[in-house]
Amino acid sequence: MTCKCGHVDESTKQEALQAAISKYMAVKGGLIPLLQEAQDIYGYLPKEVMQQISGGMGIPFSKTFGVVTFYSQFHLKPRGRNIIRVCQGTACHVRGASKVFDGVSKKLGVAKNGTTEDLRYTLETVACLGACGLAPVMMVNDNTHGKLTPDKAVATIEKYE
Amino acid sequence: MKNLMDKCCDKCKHTPASPCKDYIKCRKEGPICHQDEACKQKRAEILADINLPAGSPKRQVLICAGTGCTSSGSGKLVNKLEEELAANGLTDKVAVKITGCHGFCEQGPLMIIEPLKTFYTQVQEEDVAEIVAKDLVGSEIVERLLYKDPNTGEPAKTYENVPFYALQKRLVLHNCGHINAEEISDYIANDGYAGFVRALFELTPDQVVEEVKTSGLRGRGGGGFPTGMKWGFVRQAQGDKKYVVCNADEGDPGAFMDRSVLEGDPHAVLEGMMTCGYAVGADEGYIYVRAEYPLAIERLKIAIAQAEEYGVLGDNILNTGFNFHLKIKAGAGAFVCGEETALLTSIEGNRGMPRVRPPFPANSGLWGKPTCLNNVETFANVPQILRNGGTWYASMGTEKSKGTKIFALTGKVNNTGLVEVPMGISMRDILFAIGGGIPGGKKFKAVQIGGPSGGCLPDELLDLPVDYDSLTSAGAMMGSGGLVVMDETTCMVDIARYFLTFTQSESCGKCTPCREGTTRMLEILTRICAGEGKMEDIDSLERLARVVKNTALCGLGQTCPNPILSTLRYFKDEYIAHIQDKKCPAGACAALLTYVIDPEKCKGCGKCLKNCPAEAITGEKKLPHVIDPAKCIKCGSCVGGCKFEAIIRA
Amino acid sequence: MASVTLTINGKKVTVPRGTTVLDAAAQAGIFIPTFCHDPEIPRFGACRICVVEIPGMRNLPASCVTEATEGMVVETESPAVVEARSTILELLLANHPMDCLTCEKNGDCRLQDYCFRYGVKGSGFEGRQHSYPLDDSNPYIVRDLNKCILCGRCVRTCAQVEGRAVIDFAYRGFDTKIAPPMDTPLGESDCVYCGRCLAVCPVGALTYKRMAGKGRSWEYDKKPVTCTFCDSGCQFNLNVKDGKIVGVTAASPGPGRPLCLKGRLGLELLYCDDPQAPELKKDGEFVKVSWADALGLEGVLDKMKKLEGK
Ligand SMILES: Cc1cc2nc3c(=O)[nH]c(=O)nc-3n(C[C@H](O)[C@H](O)[C@H](O)COP(=O)(O)O)c2cc1C
Ligand code: SF4
Ligand code: SF4
Ligand code: SF4
Ligand code: SF4
Ligand code: SF4
Ligand code: SF4
Ligand code: FES
Ligand code: FES
Ligand code: FES
Repeated sequence: MTCKCGHVDESTKQEALQAAISKYMAVKGGLIPLLQEAQDIYGYLPKEVMQQISGGMGIPFSKTFGVVTFYSQFHLKPRGRNIIRVCQGTACHVRGASKVFDGVSKKLGVAKNGTTEDLRYTLETVACLGACGLAPVMMVNDNTHGKLTPDKAVATIEKYE
Repeated sequence: MKNLMDKCCDKCKHTPASPCKDYIKCRKEGPICHQDEACKQKRAEILADINLPAGSPKRQVLICAGTGCTSSGSGKLVNKLEEELAANGLTDKVAVKITGCHGFCEQGPLMIIEPLKTFYTQVQEEDVAEIVAKDLVGSEIVERLLYKDPNTGEPAKTYENVPFYALQKRLVLHNCGHINAEEISDYIANDGYAGFVRALFELTPDQVVEEVKTSGLRGRGGGGFPTGMKWGFVRQAQGDKKYVVCNADEGDPGAFMDRSVLEGDPHAVLEGMMTCGYAVGADEGYIYVRAEYPLAIERLKIAIAQAEEYGVLGDNILNTGFNFHLKIKAGAGAFVCGEETALLTSIEGNRGMPRVRPPFPANSGLWGKPTCLNNVETFANVPQILRNGGTWYASMGTEKSKGTKIFALTGKVNNTGLVEVPMGISMRDILFAIGGGIPGGKKFKAVQIGGPSGGCLPDELLDLPVDYDSLTSAGAMMGSGGLVVMDETTCMVDIARYFLTFTQSESCGKCTPCREGTTRMLEILTRICAGEGKMEDIDSLERLARVVKNTALCGLGQTCPNPILSTLRYFKDEYIAHIQDKKCPAGACAALLTYVIDPEKCKGCGKCLKNCPAEAITGEKKLPHVIDPAKCIKCGSCVGGCKFEAIIRA
Repeated sequence: MASVTLTINGKKVTVPRGTTVLDAAAQAGIFIPTFCHDPEIPRFGACRICVVEIPGMRNLPASCVTEATEGMVVETESPAVVEARSTILELLLANHPMDCLTCEKNGDCRLQDYCFRYGVKGSGFEGRQHSYPLDDSNPYIVRDLNKCILCGRCVRTCAQVEGRAVIDFAYRGFDTKIAPPMDTPLGESDCVYCGRCLAVCPVGALTYKRMAGKGRSWEYDKKPVTCTFCDSGCQFNLNVKDGKIVGVTAASPGPGRPLCLKGRLGLELLYCDDPQAPELKKDGEFVKVSWADALGLEGVLDKMKKLEGK
C-alpha cells in the first residue's frame, strides 16, 4: 500500500502502522523491515512514526534515527509521486549516464535527491540497476528504461503524471 | 494430475505433513511406491511438455522476462502472442513459457522457439503476428529477426550458433532462460533437487563437506575462499543453533549475475542453501537481497512458497527429520552491506557497519551463532556438484580455480551481457570471441575487472588466464564478476575517479582511513581531471592508497585503492599528461578539452553557431567561424553538427 | 590459564591467552596510541591509530583487537606503522579546526599528543571540511562536532546505562556524525548530562560548559572523590586550581557506575568554592533553579523546616 495519491487519511495510515508494529514487535531483527513497511504506508518516515516504532520495538530513538539515516532507501522528507533513479553504475557511466542525469536534472530544475515543488518527481541516482546491457538506464518507479539519451529520458519522464 | 508436482493417483500418500521419502525422485521416475502404467504414462507426458524432446511436433515459445528484456518491452509480447495463438487455434499445440534472463539482454526482447532453438532478437509487438503466421503455423523462420554477426552479417538460426553463446560453458546458467522460474516443476524436471536428495539419502553431512572440498569450489562473492573449507569450519563450530546466509546484496555497479540467477533459477540457490544447511547442521537460512532487485525478491518468494507447499522445504523434509526454513531480508540501500559482517549486523536490524574479524561468522555470526555465509553463485554451483560429484566439477578449470565463472560483460564491447566461461579462459577470448570486440572500430584500451575493489588490465595482459590467482597477481581481482571494457576514448584517470566516487559515497564511515582517506583521494583525482593537479599529487595518492589499503577495517576500504593503484601502474602516463600537459589523452575530461574550428575546412555554413548553447561561436556567413575559448563550455554540441568535420576536439 | 609468549619490538612478553597485542605491549612497557579503544567496552576497532606490523599478516592489524598468539612477532614503530599513523593523523587534521590555542582540551588531548609524537604539523591534504554549528544548547555540555573524530566512545558509554542511549551514529561515510534523535542539539534531547561521554572523549569535541574559560588543563590538580548520593559510588574529580576547587568532572564511567547530574551538582555544591547556580529543564526550557530543587531535596527540606518549626 503506497500513499502516492496523498488521499489516504491519517487514521487509516495509523491503523496500518499499528498493525505493522504488532507484526514485527516479536521478530528478531524486525526494525528494518518494519521501517520499510512504515515508509510504504507514509511515503517517508516522519518523526512521530519513528518514535512510535522505537517505542513499539523497545529500541532507543537515537538508534532508529541512526539506522534510518544510514540506509539510502529511507527518507525523512516527503518525496515526489514519481521516483526517477538514473543509473550511475559503471556500464552506464561509460555510456554517458551523467549526460542523461544532467538532462533530466535540468529539465526538472532539481539536483540529486531533489523533489520538484509540485511533488511530481524526485530525482535520485543509483549504482547499477542490473540492466547494464541496456546502458544507460534509469528506473522510474518500478519501470526500467534503457538505451537512453538525454532527450529520450526527458520524453520518458513526461509520461509519468 | 495436471502438474508434475501433483499426485498421480490416490495411492500417493505424500503431504508436507507426512512426507514420502521418494517424493522428488518420483516426480521424474515415478510412481515408485506402486506400479501403474497409466500413472507412469501421465508423468512422462507432463515431463515431455516441460522439456520438448527433439523432433516433437509441439512447440514452445520461450519469452525472456528478465529485467533487461522486460524494460525493452517483453511483457507486451506475452499477451500479444497468446492472442495470436488463440486466433490461429494454436493454444493447445504451442506453449508459452516465461523465463529469466538469457544473458544477451542487449539484443532483447529475446524469444526462443523450442525444440528447434530458433533465436529471435529484438522482438517487438508488431513482429509477433509474423512469427506466429510463419514460424508456428508454417515452419518458416523469420529471417529478419535472427541474430546477425556484426562483422559478416551472417544470420544464426539457433542460439547455439550465436558466437556469444557458442564459446560459453553455461553450467550455473543452464536453466536461466530455459525454464519457467516461477514453476518448481520446471526445475525438478531438469534434475532440480536431485543433488540435495543424494546428499540427504546417500551422504553424511561430513561427506557432503568432503564432496564440496573435492570439487575445489571457491567463493564467487569476491574473496575466492574455498567453500568446502568454510562449510567444514561451520560444521565443526560449537553451537545449539546455526544459520545459513546467502549474500544476494550484489552491489558492484556494473554486475548483475546474481540477479539473473535469482530471477532465472531461484530454486538452484534454495537447493544450494538447503544442502549447506544439511552439511553444517543449520535449520534456518536467510537470503539478503538488494533492495533494488524487486523481481528477484518476487521470484524468491514464489520459489520458497512452492517449495514449502510441496514439502521440499520445511519440517521433516522427505521424512528424514531434517528441517530447514528460509526467510528473505530485503536490503535498504547500502553497498557495504555486501561485506559479510555488515550484512549480518544489518539482518539483526542495525546500521550496516562492519565489525572486526575474528571472530569469523563461521564461529560467531548471526546473533552470535555459527553462520555459513556464501554468495548466490556459490550456492547455485552446489546442486550440480552434489548431482555429478566433486571430481567431475574439479575436472573443469585450472589447478586452483575450478568450474566456471559468470561475468557481466559491459562497456565498450559489441556483445554486452552475461557470460559464463570455464575458469582459465583468456581475457582475450571473453572480450573478442564472445564479446565480439570493440564497437566502431575503436582501439581496446583496458578492461576493469572486479568493480570498485578490482583493477584494470591493459592490452598486454589480455592473454592472462582468468582465474583467482592470476588476476590478483596482476593487481586486479575476480571480485564479483563485473567486466567493463574500455576503449581509447575512456580516460583511465576518470575511471579511477569514478570508482572512488562510488566507494567514497558508500564508505560506512566507521574507520578513519576509509572515511577520510576516500574523500581525500577522490578530491585529488577530481583536481587532476579538472587540470588542477600537481606532480606531488601522484605521491600523495600512492601514499594514501597504501595506507588505506593497509589499515582500513573492512574489505571495502582495503580494496578501494585498487582502481587507483592499477591505473597508476599501467597508465601513469595518462596521469602525467593531465598534470603536466593539462591534456586528457582520451578526450574524456571535459575541463581539459579545447574546441577549435579548422579554418581550412570550415565553409561558414553557420550550423555550429546555431548549435552552440553558449554563444561561443562567431563568424560571417561563408567565412570561417571561430570559437571563443573563454565562452566555450565544452559541451561538444557543435562537433557532430558540422558536416565538414571542421571542428576539432583536442 | 594457558599463556603465550610473543616478541614486541624485540622484547619477549608472556601474557595469558586471549590478551590483545595492545595489552601485551602495555605489559612490556611499550606505548601504543589509541583513540577508540575503551577498556570497558572493547573491540570497536575503528580509529586504526593503534595499528602495528606483524610479519605474515596481510595488512597492518589494529593492536586493540588482535589477539596475541604464541611466537608472534610485533613491531609497533616500524616505518610502515609510522607512515600509517602519521597519515591517519593528517587525515584527521584535514577535517579538524586548528583551534588548539583556545581549545578547552588543549594539553589533555590525544589528537594533539599523537601529532606531537609523530611530528605531524598539519595536514598535507586540503579539501572539504565539516562546519557544524557549535552545540551550546544546554547549560552543561558544549559539543563541537567539528572536533569529533568519530571514535564512538561516547555512544558506547551512554548506551551502557539502561534507558539512556541518547546519542548514536547517524548518517554515513564522510557525513557520519554523532547525533541525538532527529539530529537536534543535545539540549532538545533526553540527555541527562551525566557526563559519561565527556569522561571518555579523547579530544575536545565534548567539554564542560561550567568549566569553560576557568583554566587550562595543566593548571588543574585532579583530586578523586566518590559520590555518596546513592549506592553506586561513582567516581569524580575535583579540579583544583591555585588551591581553589573550580569544578567537578566525571571520572571513569563503568557498568555499575552510571554517573548522574544530580551527583555531580551535589559534589559541586559540597566542594566548589564558588558553586554556580544549577539549571534544569522546565517545560522544555533550561531555567536556573534552587539547589534544593536541583538535588531533589525540596520535599526533605520542607519536612525539615516543618519539624524544626514545631
Ligand atoms: C564492500 C564489500 C562488498 C561486498 N559485496 C558482496 C556482494 O555484493 N555479494 C557477495 O556475494 N559478496 C560480497 N562481498 C564479499 C562478502 O563479504 C563475502 O566474502 C562473500 O559473500 C562470501 O561468500 P563466498 O565465499 O561464497 O564468496 C563483499 C565484500 C566487501 C568487502
Ligand atoms: S573500511 Fe570503510 S566501509 Fe569498511 S569499516 Fe572502514 S569506513 Fe566502513
Ligand atoms: S563545445 Fe559547446 S560551447 Fe563550445 S563551441 Fe562547441 S557548442 Fe559551443
Ligand atoms: S581537540 Fe585537540 S587537537 Fe583539536 S583543537 Fe582541541 S586540543 Fe587541538
Ligand atoms: S551526558 Fe550522559 S546522557 Fe548525555 S549524551 Fe553524555 S553520556 Fe549520554
Ligand atoms: S564526541 Fe568525542 S567521544 Fe564521541 S565520537 Fe566524537 S571524539 Fe569520540
Ligand atoms: S553520580 Fe549519581 S549515580 Fe553515581 S553515585 Fe552519585 S548519585 Fe549515584
Ligand atoms: S551500470 Fe547501469 S544498469 Fe548496471
Ligand atoms: S533480460 Fe532478457 S536476456 Fe537478459
Ligand atoms: S584504538 Fe585500536 S582501532 Fe582505535
